[in-house]
Amino acid sequence: MKLSINFLRDYLDLDKDLDVKKLAEDMTSAGNEYDDAGKLINATNLVIGEIKECTMHPDSDHLHCCKVDIGDKVLDIVCGAPNARKGLKVIVALPGAILPGGVIKKSVIRGEESNGMLCSIAELGLENKFLTEADKAGIHELPLDAKVGEDPIKYMKLDDEVIDFDLTANRGDLLSILGMAYEVGAIYDKKVKDIDLSHKENKEDLNDSFKLKINTENCSIFLAKKVKNVQIKESPDFIKNRLIASGIRPINNVVDISNYVMLETGQPLHFYDADTLKGVLEVRMAEEGEKLTTLDGIERTLKTEDIVISDGERSIGLAGVMGGLDTEITDKTKNIIIEAAIFDGVKVRRTSNSILRSEASNRFEKGLDSNRTYMAIERSCNLLEKYADAEVVGGMAKYDTTDRSDKVIDITTKNINSILGMNIKEEDILDVFRRLGFKTKVNNDVITVSVPKRRIDISIKEDLIEEVGRIYGVNNIKGKLPDIAPKMGSYDKVSRQIRNKMIDLGLSETLSYILVPENESKMFTKDDYEKVKLLDPLSEDKNTLRHSLSVALYKIYQYNKARDNKDVCIFEMGKAFQKKADEYSETNKLAALMSGDYYLGINKQKVDFYVIKGVAEEILDYLGYNSRYSFVKDKENLPEDMHPGQSALISVNNDIVGLIGKIHPSVESEDVYILEIDLDKLLSKKVSKMKYKEISKYPEVKKDIAIVVDDKVTSKDIEVNIKKAGGSLLSSSEVFDIYTGKGIPEGKKSLAYSLTFASQNRTLTDDEINKAVEKIIERLEKELKAELR
Amino acid sequence: MKDEIISIKENAIKEIKNSESLQQLNDLRVMYLGKKGKLTELLRGMGNLSKEERPIMGALVNEAKEELNSEITKREEELKKIELNKKLEEEDIDITLPSKKTRRGSKHPLNRIIEEVEDLFVSMGYDVVSGPELETDEYCFERLNLPKGHPARDMQDSFYITTEYLLRTQTSAVQARTMMANTEKTPIRVIVPGKTFRREDDATHSHQFNQVEGLVVDKNISLADLKGTLEVFMKKMLGQNTELRFRPSYFPFTEPSYEVDVSCFKCGGKGCNLCKQTGWIELLGSGIVHPNVLKMNGYDPDKYSGFAFGVGLDRLAMFKYGITDIRLLYQNDVRFLKQFDRKDEEYEIKY
Repeated sequence: MKLSINFLRDYLDLDKDLDVKKLAEDMTSAGNEYDDAGKLINATNLVIGEIKECTMHPDSDHLHCCKVDIGDKVLDIVCGAPNARKGLKVIVALPGAILPGGVIKKSVIRGEESNGMLCSIAELGLENKFLTEADKAGIHELPLDAKVGEDPIKYMKLDDEVIDFDLTANRGDLLSILGMAYEVGAIYDKKVKDIDLSHKENKEDLNDSFKLKINTENCSIFLAKKVKNVQIKESPDFIKNRLIASGIRPINNVVDISNYVMLETGQPLHFYDADTLKGVLEVRMAEEGEKLTTLDGIERTLKTEDIVISDGERSIGLAGVMGGLDTEITDKTKNIIIEAAIFDGVKVRRTSNSILRSEASNRFEKGLDSNRTYMAIERSCNLLEKYADAEVVGGMAKYDTTDRSDKVIDITTKNINSILGMNIKEEDILDVFRRLGFKTKVNNDVITVSVPKRRIDISIKEDLIEEVGRIYGVNNIKGKLPDIAPKMGSYDKVSRQIRNKMIDLGLSETLSYILVPENESKMFTKDDYEKVKLLDPLSEDKNTLRHSLSVALYKIYQYNKARDNKDVCIFEMGKAFQKKADEYSETNKLAALMSGDYYLGINKQKVDFYVIKGVAEEILDYLGYNSRYSFVKDKENLPEDMHPGQSALISVNNDIVGLIGKIHPSVESEDVYILEIDLDKLLSKKVSKMKYKEISKYPEVKKDIAIVVDDKVTSKDIEVNIKKAGGSLLSSSEVFDIYTGKGIPEGKKSLAYSLTFASQNRTLTDDEINKAVEKIIERLEKELKAELR
Repeated sequence: MKDEIISIKENAIKEIKNSESLQQLNDLRVMYLGKKGKLTELLRGMGNLSKEERPIMGALVNEAKEELNSEITKREEELKKIELNKKLEEEDIDITLPSKKTRRGSKHPLNRIIEEVEDLFVSMGYDVVSGPELETDEYCFERLNLPKGHPARDMQDSFYITTEYLLRTQTSAVQARTMMANTEKTPIRVIVPGKTFRREDDATHSHQFNQVEGLVVDKNISLADLKGTLEVFMKKMLGQNTELRFRPSYFPFTEPSYEVDVSCFKCGGKGCNLCKQTGWIELLGSGIVHPNVLKMNGYDPDKYSGFAFGVGLDRLAMFKYGITDIRLLYQNDVRFLKQFDRKDEEYEIKY
């Protein structure tokens, strides 16, 4: 909402030298933020001049050399405008003038001295849409009565100041000069002046010749009046300038008055050319598929949710949004039907969202006071009579279901102080209500407040508490901490421990987008869940929710790869989303992605399957699942974008909780490995408490064996057999070497194991140990056809 | 014979003193003092001597032996010292060569901020709770006093999945969930950090961003409690000298509602480019929980009151670490991520 200070002065006695920035700041402290505050015309050093002589520039086919009288002297000024001519009263920007386009300096233009600039309105900083055709073409032509040497901005009554407010959604009342006047009046303790509604009416009664039919509950009030014999012409300067200051383009006196009254009262009006109507206006819901050509010449196809105005036969306007082309005011219009009505805000909002957001629709959406509906229609008669020579027809067609009485709310000083945490005296509270224009009655502790309907935002006690806080001020409240019994706070400690563990393992944490392109949303997954798509995405590359967390990490990898960042080892905890049978759900996941080099202590190691497997094992062990998990090669259930030979499902207690492995070479040419674990599933599996295990007092004995087996035999096969044969004396076995090549037959490999034997209650003898080793070897020979090396 | 003893001894001393290694010294010991050593030989040859001479010579030989022993020990220590020095010299290294270290990863700056906020509020007895990111219209809007068609919904352009499901536009959605779940009506003190989503993307807005919501509900909660809590919060995050300014505003779920500005931590309130010369930075939305919100979520507004606040964590992180473009937080360039591996500067809060 752009507030013209000159407009505001019509209803409020403000100081002559009011500082507009100060007013804007004071309004902000009361909850009404502003974007900008300052002069309507930001140009300095301007003066009215008269062109005394105008000759063509000797060295140009379009420039003029003018001698311009500015009162105390005559200046030589070169001007390129085609309408520069002798006798013209013009706006002169003197050397040193600061215009929105830059600073004016003395100069020499193609050999001719120029001591200033003759200005167009655009050069003063007014937007093009506010300019007349003549003003678009050249410099501004001031009327002949303009006094040379005076300030042209003052002369044109453009010496206004404007505050552009960024209002909150609840303060629809401030979308009017009157509303602003009440608000500023409350802040500065000033009384709002009455609006002039006076006008004469002729002897006719509109109701004799005109009927209203309201066929929907989405219209709560509809008033119509008629004026006759209007003279369509240009509006007086004060109307045009106030519209311009408010950001509305002047058109002609009649259209301007409808906008002017809307600005004053907040109530949008619509004017129909009465001679295009058939003596009736109907309000109803549109029929599905009904057609209507709006003012802008576009044919609209309507829905049953749209409120329309009809002439009894067909729709002639979209209520609260835009009028129809057939009944609009034209240069030839003589007689006018004035509509002042209130339509349902939600419906108007829906219609205007699909067609056009306008000054009018914005006001309907925020809500209106039906007292203003009466005020607006009377005010428009007053102005049409004054500035369009209108004859106002007697009587008013009226449909009104609204309650226009004040809202009455009971409140106590204690209510107010207990919420604000302050100690405001009753008299101060009553004073705030008085300044706001709310009547009060005090009965014992209870203050009964009558709130005028214009304050549509106020309906409950808490709203009044806010008003007191707003006007009285809350910045001197002394802060304290809530007086609640102490207790321990809690947070998701496991997530934080996982995060820290992953960081310890050398991975950097990322924060990725949950929105990905539809065709990538199910990457690195294999299941029958449906995609979760947005109805109205911002862009195609972010239109679907990710079903895996790895896809988001993979996108981060690609971003880094494009920037030549090597050694991308990252992880994240976040959500993945899925849909099945119209049920939506989300899962907490941990994912990691590794590529390039990984630093294992002091050694640099190219990332391979075993590196990321190590990360997986570290985290599973850390979470207490040691010896309960395994990596399962299950090509059937592995996603297609994973390398079939270097990927596995992660199983904990025979339940699949995740996935690990290399991205398929057809997807990614580099060696990139991912790990994804469903944390919800994993962490639902209980783990035992961490407990101290007795350290044996007796020495451990280590024995190494090396065996040759078939290539297909896995390390796990061997370990299982070693464990089974080793019995209780074997405390651990570890691979310490794998070898193929010279000395080992084709299709075979050699593995070396370090076996540790120990007992809790005695020192083992050589004999015992040798027997145990023998037993292991025997079993390996028998079960796996292993040969001792 | 006496001369012989003296000459052997003097030779030996000379050789000992000139010996250059422990090995050589040991050889000398064997040569002079060993079983077949020169002095030992002399003792053996004493049989040829007279009775009178024998003890005298014997004493002389033993004296010489002792003297040599002590010389050898002396030299041995010297040589050991020399060899140690030599060894130390050989082991001298260039300590400026690169170190060998394990590489730790780093924590994302936003999660650093979240952890800092969590730690502060947990220490004040708050529970950190979370809720779905794919939220229902009911919890995201309706239960927060924002019925369908409410103009304030424009403040938050949303990503809808269906007419009922959307990506939550605010962590406030968890307010309703928390109140609904607390059937015992014990005092509520929660914060909700998490991802939120709005349909806008530019240099200052990311369609995905992070908020932390705070909610306190009990008997007799007032604006003074909100102010005190936010003062502690902001001083912890931005420094002890931070001041707060409450500006009335409008949020459908609180009444009264306030935007909270903090004094500019860059210029201390004097005015600079960060605070656009105002001395204040708009940072939080807050207010007293709207009675409709209490009612809709099972609380009697005549008995209970509460406050709620919300703050954008992205901006806090950007302020704290001097990050100038919000997109950096979500691009995850590893050169960016790896910078966040230091402990945080801790602000002391005096209250």
